[in-house]
This record gives sequence, C-alpha cells and structure tokens, in this order.
Amino acid sequence: MNIWLIMFIGGLLTFGMRFSLIYLFGRFQIHETMRRALHYVPPAVLSAIIFPELFFQADLLDLSLGNTRLLAGIIAVLTAWFSRNTLLTILVGMAALLILQW
Amino acid sequence: MSEARKAFWEGVRAELPLLIGVFPFGMIYGALALNAGLSTFASQMMSSIVFAGSSQFVTAQLVHDSAPGFVIVLTIAVINLRHMLYSASLAPYLKDLSFKWKALLSYLLTDEAYAPGILQYEKEGVTPFSHWFLLGAGFSLWFVWQVSTALGIFIGAEMPKDWPLDFALPLTFIAMVVPILKKRPLIAAALSAGVVALLAFHLPFKLGLILAALIGITIGTGLEGKK
Repeated sequence: MNIWLIMFIGGLLTFGMRFSLIYLFGRFQIHETMRRALHYVPPAVLSAIIFPELFFQADLLDLSLGNTRLLAGIIAVLTAWFSRNTLLTILVGMAALLILQW
Repeated sequence: MSEARKAFWEGVRAELPLLIGVFPFGMIYGALALNAGLSTFASQMMSSIVFAGSSQFVTAQLVHDSAPGFVIVLTIAVINLRHMLYSASLAPYLKDLSFKWKALLSYLLTDEAYAPGILQYEKEGVTPFSHWFLLGAGFSLWFVWQVSTALGIFIGAEMPKDWPLDFALPLTFIAMVVPILKKRPLIAAALSAGVVALLAFHLPFKLGLILAALIGITIGTGLEGKK
C-alpha cells in the first residue's frame, strides 16, 4: 500500500475516533471493560514492537552476548526505569550501542 | 482584548510546559521518519494528516520494517483507540457547539490538548468562550508539532548515513513504555505481548504484532479484573 494512502486512512481513522463520541454525545457509551482494556494498549503494542527489534537480528533469534542491540536495549530499559527521563534513555541507549559495536 | 482571545491565550499558556516536552519528540520523529525511508514531504505531512505522536513513530518503524499497509493502518487504529476515551470525556462540554467547532476541536484532540482542556472544564465548567481555551491548547500543540517535525527532518537529512539511527525508534518506545509500567497487570501486559511477538515473529504480514498486542491487552485487563 502506498504511504500516502496509509497516512490518509490512518488520519481518517484517528480523526474519526477523536470525533466519534463528541459527535454522538448521549447516543453511545463506552463499555466499562473496553474502558479498562484501553489502558493496556500502549504497553502491549509498544512491547510487541520493542521485543523483536532487540531479540531478532537479521531475522534470527539472537540470545548471545554478541547481540549488541539486545544489550544496549537492556541498558536503556534500566535507564528508563531509574531515571524516567525520555531523552536520557534515548541518549544512553544510543551511546551504549555505539560503544558495544566499536 | 476580547473574551475569546483571552480564553485562547489562557489555553496556550496552560499548554506551554507540555510544548517544551513535545518539541524534542517532534524533532526525533522528523529525523527518524526520514531515516526509516519516508520522503521529506511525507514525513512532514504525516504530522498534520495523522497528527498523533506515538502512532507516527510506530508508522515510521513499520515502514522501515516493510510491513504491509493494512497492518500499519490497523496498528494506528489500535494505538489511537484511546482517543475515544477523550472524546467521550469532553463530549458533554462540547455538546452545544456547531459541527465545525466540534470537527476542529476533534482534529486537535491529542493527549497533550486533552489534559489541560478537561482540567479547565472541570474547574470552570462551560462558559460562552470556554471552547477557545481548548482551541488555544490544541492549536499551539499542533503548531509546535509541525515546526519541530520540520526541524527534525532538516537535522535528520544532515546526519551521517552509517549511524545506527534506526535503533533510536525502539529506544524511543522503551522510553515511552517503561515509565508507565507502574502496576503488575501493566507489566504482565507488556511482557506477555513482548514474548508473543517473539514467538509469532515469523507470521506473515507482521500479524504477530497485532496478535501480540491483543494477547497483552487481554492478559492485562483480565489480571486487573481479578483483584
């Protein structure tokens, strides 16, 4: 699919969800279970992206110490956990990868 | 100064601390979208067409991984589902506005505009100009997001090509997800989604991503219900 088509459909869906209940006020309610489930969307989706990026190298599962992206990723997770600072996490993770790859 | 303009600037002022936080994110998005293989124009336009930070980062990542279009669109939809909560929460305060106002404020309804907007409504209630406050908050964020994206694209174009810049995307996601893992069900959702994503990595069309996300969401929601 063309990137422009992806962006237009993605944009329309996003706008649609933002507009939906403002437009349909009083005619539609979000179910309680759905409301609860939405809290788990960010950790689930983001982790589902992060894990393969760290563990798979060149389409193969790599659990060895030679997997520099996995090691740098673990360092980034620890940095994020203790600092809760976004920019610091990105900088430390990037620096770790560059040093490990050296 | 008219009442409307006053409310608008109050919204901008309430948004200001958030703008400072968003600026570097916009720059990182611009640089990474370009690095992931999007054109300069597409990288910039995504910031106004989709206008939703985390789903723009994810789109850049999935384009970089050559995921098929329908998986990217589905992922954008899942990530942005939370906006329905904001929509539901603001709806009673916006119910008397015209269709045009509702559409405009919906387009500008991001996490960062919702937060000061709902606080203001809860504190002050609906006044004849209260929607201008929300416009001020939403529009200033939109403006800063466009400018920071452009700056990021400009800087990204200057960066050496042999740098492992693509790694900054998963790092950005780590920086986003780790601080929100405050309770056990959230940690369980993240870990189970991650492990399923590894097990299902070789499913066609990157469907493993969707499957992993759904399982993680189900496990998190189920665990929370048990307490």
